Formats: sequence, structure tokens, C-alpha cells
Amino acid sequence: MKPAHRAEPYWMLAPTLALLGLFFLYPLFVATKQSLYSWDLLTPAKYVGFANYQVLWERGELWRAFRNTLVYSSVVVAGSMTFGLAFALALDRPGKVAGFVRSAVFSAYVVSWVAVALLFMWLLDSEMGLLSRLVAFLGLPKKNWLGDPDIAIYTLAVVSVWKITGYAMIVFLAGLQDIPPVLHEAASLDGAGALVRFSRITWPLLRPSASFVGTTSLIISFQAFDVVRIMTQGGPVHATELFVYAIYEQIFMNLRVGRASALVVVFSALILGLTALQLRVWRGRGTA
Amino acid sequence: MKLHLVLSRVLALAAAILWVGPYWWMLITSFKTLPELLESPLSPWPATLTFSAYREVWLSVPMARYLANTALMALQIALLQIALALPAGFALAKLHFVGKKIAFGLVLVCLLVPAQVTFVPVFLFLGQVGLVNTMAGLVLPFGASALGTFLVRQALLSVPDELIEAARLDGASDAYIVYVLLAPILRPTLAALFLLSFVFHWNDYFWPLVMTTDDRIRTIPLAIALLREQGTGVRWHLVMAGNVILSAPILVVFALTQKHLIRAVTAKGL
Repeated sequence: MKPAHRAEPYWMLAPTLALLGLFFLYPLFVATKQSLYSWDLLTPAKYVGFANYQVLWERGELWRAFRNTLVYSSVVVAGSMTFGLAFALALDRPGKVAGFVRSAVFSAYVVSWVAVALLFMWLLDSEMGLLSRLVAFLGLPKKNWLGDPDIAIYTLAVVSVWKITGYAMIVFLAGLQDIPPVLHEAASLDGAGALVRFSRITWPLLRPSASFVGTTSLIISFQAFDVVRIMTQGGPVHATELFVYAIYEQIFMNLRVGRASALVVVFSALILGLTALQLRVWRGRGTA
Repeated sequence: MKLHLVLSRVLALAAAILWVGPYWWMLITSFKTLPELLESPLSPWPATLTFSAYREVWLSVPMARYLANTALMALQIALLQIALALPAGFALAKLHFVGKKIAFGLVLVCLLVPAQVTFVPVFLFLGQVGLVNTMAGLVLPFGASALGTFLVRQALLSVPDELIEAARLDGASDAYIVYVLLAPILRPTLAALFLLSFVFHWNDYFWPLVMTTDDRIRTIPLAIALLREQGTGVRWHLVMAGNVILSAPILVVFALTQKHLIRAVTAKGL
């Protein structure tokens, strides 16, 4: 359609583009520039070339943040997808009870990360926590769930699985609803058992939902921060320092804007790479 | 009974225990008193139904102000996003103009950039203009939503041009067309956008943590997280009472609007 006035589309877009530009695009340029400077927020910034990247790399901080994030995300994505699919299959039926359980699982996705993190800190409390007592009661070895550097990151990942399994479940349920019941009926008449029907009908038709959930939750888990900040502050000995937390620590605790920015640049590249992968997967589902 | 039916019952039961159980524990703990908590932390039912933990939390920190701050912030963000997404989405869906592809491309790129990537420069920039510890500093960075703009554009594509042309012939202004004529037609999309945005920003911990140090502007997720950090020690009943205060409003919203929320989250029918 022709605009009523020549300027009409521009003023309609101006506020949105101004805010998006100022708060989403411009910061990427600023971060790229600041990553080449050494600045502590107090004294004037000094140009240092790629020294920030070099230091982060040589000290292993970059690799550590990446490896921690990858371990955490792998567990979160695999766990939430597995449980999400299992629950979707088990709860895809009418009835108040199934509906209530579906709502309970999904509600965890809707409440605050803060509430979930604090709740699990209480459940895991070494003295009085319900889960710790349960472990003791069952005679299992006592573990320091958040204080042991070999375990803490998996604890965070399991808590996150609890938080976002509802998301995967809801997307899988939506996918299941798109499968015509007649397919299952016909297969049953032909004598196909539940397992065969799942592998020949349900799973192939759920593949698009699975790639949607997989890529989306991968990106969500790469951006995790709250659960680290509240439950472990990146410790013990940096074992749970995920990427966003490493950036946060560089600027707010070490007052190193340059190093924080260098991490931002690498992290942006990772997120953009993952998103490119996501778009490819989604496009693939249109043509496959 | 067939094996797969048994299995699905077992799974449903496990889901119920694992997901309802923690909520139950949070609620029960919040109704206990400190002596009771220390004596029998595992009792599945409080000795007496007491609200003393809630009273203590409410009196020890300005909870009413935190709740008001949070509600005001989330409401402003959600409304601002809708108010800006409507005209922007309209221009991108319905109008021909030079630079349209570039404008749409910019919106799509912003869709991919999370706040976790931009917070360092934005924090420094807002500090320079004196917006740290202000409501504006909490709201403005999220005032425009790339997702909202995109969703409004998609929804408007299926609205016939004739409707808009007829309104123009009647002498309707652009603002009237966008906010009075088209907004009601887009109600499902706008409701989903409002819900997603309100719930997300009510819960948001990251941005208020970065932007505020001042008690007067603090939001509820920060305040509850601080309840534990400020040396509550073993007083988990207080932290859980805070947790209930933080989550209850969202769970009520969730219970009332579950269908809309699910539709929004699965990106179905938007």
C-alpha cells in the first residue's frame, strides 16, 4: 500500500528502530571497540590491540568459560528433551489429572529462575535439606552438591532441566496434536505394537518439534546466568563459571571493561553461530 | 494392562511427584517457625498454620515497594512494547517505502541479540547519562521489542488492505487506524505479547541486578535473592516465604491464562 504521507512509514518505525539500534546494535560495535582497550572505569582507556583476547586465551579463561557452558548446555538440552518427550507421550490424553500434571511441569518454566534456584538450594541444604536427608536415608554417599568442583556444574544443569523440561514437553505436545489419530488406528489394525508405532509414526512426525526444541533450548542454556549467580557464584574454583557469568565477573568484580568486552565479542559470535544453525534446522524442516 | 500404558502411568506419577513436590516443600517450609524448622526440618506438615515468616519478611524489608516497582516496571515495558510494535509492524507489513528491506532486516538481526550480550556497553552508556538506579534505566532498554514488532507484522499480513483503505477514505488518521481500528483485530497476538513480556520482566533478575544498587528501585527477584545472601543462615522459612511472594502472582497469571501462554510459547497461531 502507498503511505498516506511520504514520511509516514519513517515516523512509525522511528521509535522502534532508534531503541533497537541504541540498545542492541550499537552496543555490539562499542563492545568490539572496547575489547581492544584496557579500561578500569577510573583511569583513561588505553589501546592495547588484541592483548585482552591473548590474555584470556593464555590464562585459559576463555576456554574454561566455553567448556563449562558446553558441558552445562549439553546436559540441559539432552535432559530436558528426554524428559520433555517422555512426559509429553505419557500425558497426551484427556482428563483432569493429566492436565494438572502437565500444568505443574510447565509452570516451572514460567516462574522465576530466582525462585527455582533458591528452592533447590534449600532442598540440597547439607544439614536440613529434603534431598540431602533423602540421600542419607537411602544410604547413598553424602555429596556436597554445590561445593564439589566435580559435581557443582551438573547440579546446576539438573536444576535447569527441572526448570525447562516443561517447555520441551509443551512443544512436543503441540507436535503430537498435529499427528492425525487415523495413522495410529490404521497401524494398530495392521497389528503394529506401541514401539513400532512410535518409531515409524510418532518420532518421524515429531522430528521438526525436536529440532525446534533442541536449538531453542541450546540458545537459552548458553545464556544461563541467574542459576550460577545465585547458587554458586561461579565457584567452587571457577568450576561453574558459565560464559555470561564470566563476563559479569570481569566487569563488576574485576572492573576490566576491555576483557569483559573481549568475552562479549566471542560470546556474540557463538550465539550468532548457534542461531545460524537454528535457522538452517528450521528451514530444513520446511523442505524435508 | 499393556506395558506402554503401565510405563506412561509410572512416568505421569514421577512427573507429579518431582514437579509438585518441590512446590509443596516451598509452601510448607514458609509456614514453619524457626524452632520448628530446626527441630524437625522434614515434617511434611507445619505444626500450626502460621504466617509468621511472611510477617517477618514483610516487616524486615520494604516488600510492598519492591512489588510495586516490579509490577510498574513489567507493566511499562509490556505496554511500551505493544505501543511501539503496532505502528512499526504496520509500516513493515502494509506500506511501501524506500529502505523497507533494510528496516525489516535490522529488526530480524535484533531478534538474535540477547541482553546478555549487550549489557556491558549499555550499562556503561546508561551510567554516563545518569540512568543507573532509575526506572527509565530498567524500562528503556526493553521499550522496543524485535519479537513484538515481528509478530505484529506477521499478524497484519493477513489483514486485508481494503479495510485500511476504507478507513482512510473516511478520513481516519494513521494513529486512529493503528491503535483504534487494527489493535482490536490483533488482540490474540497482542495478548500473547503482553503476557510473555510481563512474565519475563517480572521474573527478570539479570537486568535489575546490573542496573540497580539502590533499595528504592529494587525489584522483587533481586530482593528475594538478597534475603538469602544477607546472612539468613538457616532461616530458610523466610527465604521460602519470599519465594512464595515472588512466584504466587506469576502462578496466578499462569493459571488464568495458561492457554494463551502456551500458544505464545509454542509460537502457534500467532
